[in-house]
Amino acid sequence: MHYDAVIIGAGMSGLAAGIRLALFDKRVCIVEKHYAYGGLNSYYNLNGRRFDVGLHALTNYVPPGRRSAPLPKLLRQLRLSRDELDLCEQRGSEVRFHGRRLRFTNDLKALTDEITRGFPGDADNFVEFLERLHEVEYGEVDKDRLSARRVLSDTFHDPLLIEMLLCPVMYYGSPTEGDMEFADFATIFKSIFCEGLARPRQGIVGLLKPLVRRFRACGGKLRMQCGAERIHVRGNRVTGVKLQAGETLNCDTVLSSAGLLETMRLCDGGWMPDAGDGAAKTGRLSFVESFLVLDKRPADLGFDQTVVFFCDQDAFDYACPDEPVDLRSGVICCPNNYERHDDVPEGLVRVTWLANYDRWATLGADAYAALKRKYLEAAFDRAEKYMPAVREHVVFTDMFTPRTIESFTGHIQGAVYGSPQKCRDGRTPLENLFLCGTDQGLVGIIGALMSGVTMANRHVLAGP
Amino acid sequence: MIEQQIRNVVLNIIAVVAPDADLSNVKGDVRLRDQLDMDSMDFLDIVMELRKRYKIEVPKEDYPLLATLDSCVTYLAPKLKAVLAL
Repeated sequence: MHYDAVIIGAGMSGLAAGIRLALFDKRVCIVEKHYAYGGLNSYYNLNGRRFDVGLHALTNYVPPGRRSAPLPKLLRQLRLSRDELDLCEQRGSEVRFHGRRLRFTNDLKALTDEITRGFPGDADNFVEFLERLHEVEYGEVDKDRLSARRVLSDTFHDPLLIEMLLCPVMYYGSPTEGDMEFADFATIFKSIFCEGLARPRQGIVGLLKPLVRRFRACGGKLRMQCGAERIHVRGNRVTGVKLQAGETLNCDTVLSSAGLLETMRLCDGGWMPDAGDGAAKTGRLSFVESFLVLDKRPADLGFDQTVVFFCDQDAFDYACPDEPVDLRSGVICCPNNYERHDDVPEGLVRVTWLANYDRWATLGADAYAALKRKYLEAAFDRAEKYMPAVREHVVFTDMFTPRTIESFTGHIQGAVYGSPQKCRDGRTPLENLFLCGTDQGLVGIIGALMSGVTMANRHVLAGP
Repeated sequence: MIEQQIRNVVLNIIAVVAPDADLSNVKGDVRLRDQLDMDSMDFLDIVMELRKRYKIEVPKEDYPLLATLDSCVTYLAPKLKAVLAL
């Protein structure tokens, strides 16, 4: 069976790329090793409940009527209607560094007012900063790789404000420890604060189902539980993809969302035989996340925030910890605290922290279970700070670790934001093998969708 | 009339590519980008739809010739004549 393109991975970028190609009559097959689609933004069912992994929020929310922002552009490119997604806006979120808070909503004015009140010496600087951010295009690539920390420290007086602005942006997310490129910071900052946060009423399936439906309706083939085992290479071209099941799909082009290093490993002979130590390219940033299911709405227990980015120190340390989990900072997300979610029967609070893959990966089954229990306790402690009565109301819990992420998505060491090295143009040394998704540079749900669309447009559709 | 048929071809494609655009009052001599708030991604899709529906190729250097509805008609007339048996 010959395809115009085989796409590796039925995550957001793979599905988006697939839709673009299928829309214009390319014969395209998406292969996915897992039984569920979504990749890093998937879901699972347990005990009669559905849990989203990845999705805390869709960024880039703009009200209907705006046409020239990333979200409406994506909807047009993917031929999806806004109504299909049934987006619900956030109620309100905050960045909380022990005593200090910066509240924000989908109205940028709320954050601007908070900064004016809380950091009066930097109020004017923030206005100028917004103008500077405005000049950076979505997903822009800066070949000089100007540092975000550098720009922030040149712009603002108060170091605490700098840390409080870096924290949410790095969590949503930076593939690099300690600092990030200013162009990426600008893209993500605008996605969260200048645009906004929302959630499909059905959660991540509220986005996945329309994507899969659109792909199939355009004639795309989707093969689940059908992982790619090998990418066949002849000279400097790929010729096809061998599946774990044994079959080979011949194709003119391969688009891979598996990740830079992961894709390299799939290729016959590896594509960079004289490359340095492969481990140097592995992403070091992974996470643990605890789910606390409650018999009451979190708002009724005193917690009405949609997302809280918290940090117990003055300086925000975004790095792979030495310990299994870094409890000093993290993210709490409450899906109940979106608009039109009052009828959801149970409460859910998700607590996310940075985690060290190696400290989890090497454990035997008993030790692994014990370590999960330890950090689930820590999640209760953290939730208690916002809801003193929370322990009495927990009816179910679950937790995933970097090991879980790696096992379901194939991303090495559970690095959700991929390698610190990105292939910004999506090209590889092989002529007809391209990357999309996390290691092409754009992260998060909107980033991954945009990556799939632009890589398919640029490398397959607009070609001769 | 040939011109009207080609105008309709283009407007039908725009309706699919940018479904929320208001097509009731499109002026022939004003840039489509401006009056319908379309961007380069939308234009790529117009070109892709022309290829898909009518097997017409529009090289990149010709994109500026699609700027207005009138210029689309002028540019596409010879290419579409055969296809539409006009």
